[in-house]
Amino acid sequence: MNKKQFLTGSEVVVRGAIDAGTSMMYGYPITPGTEVFTGWVGSGKKYLQTEDEIAAGFAMCGAVIAGQKTFTATAGPGHVLMQDGLSMAEGMRLPFVAVVAQRGGPSSGTVIYSQQEVTLAVYGGNGEGMRLVYSASNLEELYLLTRLAFNNAWKYRFPTIVLTDGYLLKTKGVVDFSKFEKLENVKPYPLVKEGEIKHWRNIFTFEEELFEEIEKTKVDFDKMSVEVAESEEYETEDAEILIIAHGIVGAAAKLAVQKLRIENKKVGLWRPITLRPLDNEGLNKNLNKVKKVLIVESSLGQLSKLVKDGIKDCANVSFEYLQKPAVGIEAEEIMDKILKIK
Amino acid sequence: MNKEINNSACKFCPGCGYPIVLMTLEKVLSDLGVKEKSVLGLDIGCSLLAWNFLPINTFQTHHGRVTPTIMGFKRAKKDSTVIGLTGDGGAYAIGLQSLLWAARRDEPVTILVVNNTVYAMTGGQTAPTTLKGQKTDTTPQGVEAEPLDGIKLLREVASEKAFLARTAVNDIGNLKSYIEKAIETQKSGHFACVEILSMCPTNWKTKGVDTINKLNSLKEVFKLGIF
Repeated sequence: MNKKQFLTGSEVVVRGAIDAGTSMMYGYPITPGTEVFTGWVGSGKKYLQTEDEIAAGFAMCGAVIAGQKTFTATAGPGHVLMQDGLSMAEGMRLPFVAVVAQRGGPSSGTVIYSQQEVTLAVYGGNGEGMRLVYSASNLEELYLLTRLAFNNAWKYRFPTIVLTDGYLLKTKGVVDFSKFEKLENVKPYPLVKEGEIKHWRNIFTFEEELFEEIEKTKVDFDKMSVEVAESEEYETEDAEILIIAHGIVGAAAKLAVQKLRIENKKVGLWRPITLRPLDNEGLNKNLNKVKKVLIVESSLGQLSKLVKDGIKDCANVSFEYLQKPAVGIEAEEIMDKILKIK
Repeated sequence: MNKEINNSACKFCPGCGYPIVLMTLEKVLSDLGVKEKSVLGLDIGCSLLAWNFLPINTFQTHHGRVTPTIMGFKRAKKDSTVIGLTGDGGAYAIGLQSLLWAARRDEPVTILVVNNTVYAMTGGQTAPTTLKGQKTDTTPQGVEAEPLDGIKLLREVASEKAFLARTAVNDIGNLKSYIEKAIETQKSGHFACVEILSMCPTNWKTKGVDTINKLNSLKEVFKLGIF
């Protein structure tokens, strides 16, 4: 097979899931995640269209307990329903993998473009947000993060979400798979084994029991964080202004930095690849170098809140924002904003 | 009595019907020789208290979600025997959509519905099976509708090969034979659901023979037998 392929984002996700050794998909059609599901069905692999996203989520919980690598793709109101299963997965440490195609919200909103499902992906359950959440900025990264999502879900056993959006899933471009040839898969294994009597609860009799459980989970989460937290730095060495953006807004921001550099504007980009856990070390290292920060996102501050949570000591930084919920943000708009920053 | 059963872990109220269902289930799985390959999934409600009761792999789920969870397990591990234990609220209210679709798709799973006509764990609120006129905290004027016959409803959508039946905790012969038939039906690749009329003296606020009388009176409302 040709190592370079011309594919849509949805096709890239399907290819990533297949290459990850996934054998089953549970889904419920919802725009703009539907093509991931129909693409998977078209590949001839096993699947089930459930009665709703809740059933898809819990079927996945049962499947991973039995040791099967499985996943779903959902969006918007479907992502809201998926939080029921995600919460169980968080409580029981299940390798639950979901690709979330963000769409505009609240409610049914719009169907193509948005970064408004960040908080839901990160903190959507009735818990502490012990999840691994990736955000993809281009097709090759979407492929890589899909692969890593399965690997790290099964390695660390935290529910894992790959955040994307309808725009990237419909984007068609060249993906060079030769870059990923050395990537190996983490093997699935049954979490409940024959012959071993496991009594597994997610409800506790005493407050202290749950407290201890959460404390242990936090230790594991922090350990994982050191190994998986990831970000991209671009032209940050001598930057005076730092742009922070994720996903495809991050891609637009990178283009803005390239163009501004031609005009000798000292601008850099810090782009979180994991939104949870955030690469706080990378964030703070870059914040300490600059005076001004511009956070750009297609939301009214869902990324900004995560960034501010990750800040350690940087009293000298002032923040500017370009926040446009549910609409696209192009490089030119980011450039205009930067040029207005004094 | 089976010494492996952890009676010290029993958190059910005195007089509850659940332990009878669980002991019978354990006997059936042992007799059929499928205990090692069995998993018991628990809905949330009083069913959750069974989490460490039997010497069988057991896990809790969420309210109304045991059916899709054990379905996912069964589809992933076809040689397993999966049992979903749920109350009437979990089965016929919050979990009805998944239960109907599991029946309609003829998923090879076994669902045991313990029907005590109330939401017992939360203190006796109205269930889909609460009797007409019965007063509860959430229907202080009394329930207006006739109770839902879940097994009859399932019969409408299930395949002919599905096993659907209703019995009661004080009808041990049928309880055992229906659970056996439900497990065998799963083995032959089809859906099975057994509803078991049970007692809840705590929420019924009954004592001794009154509890049994009330249980027996339910048999007038909910038809027993194979559907």
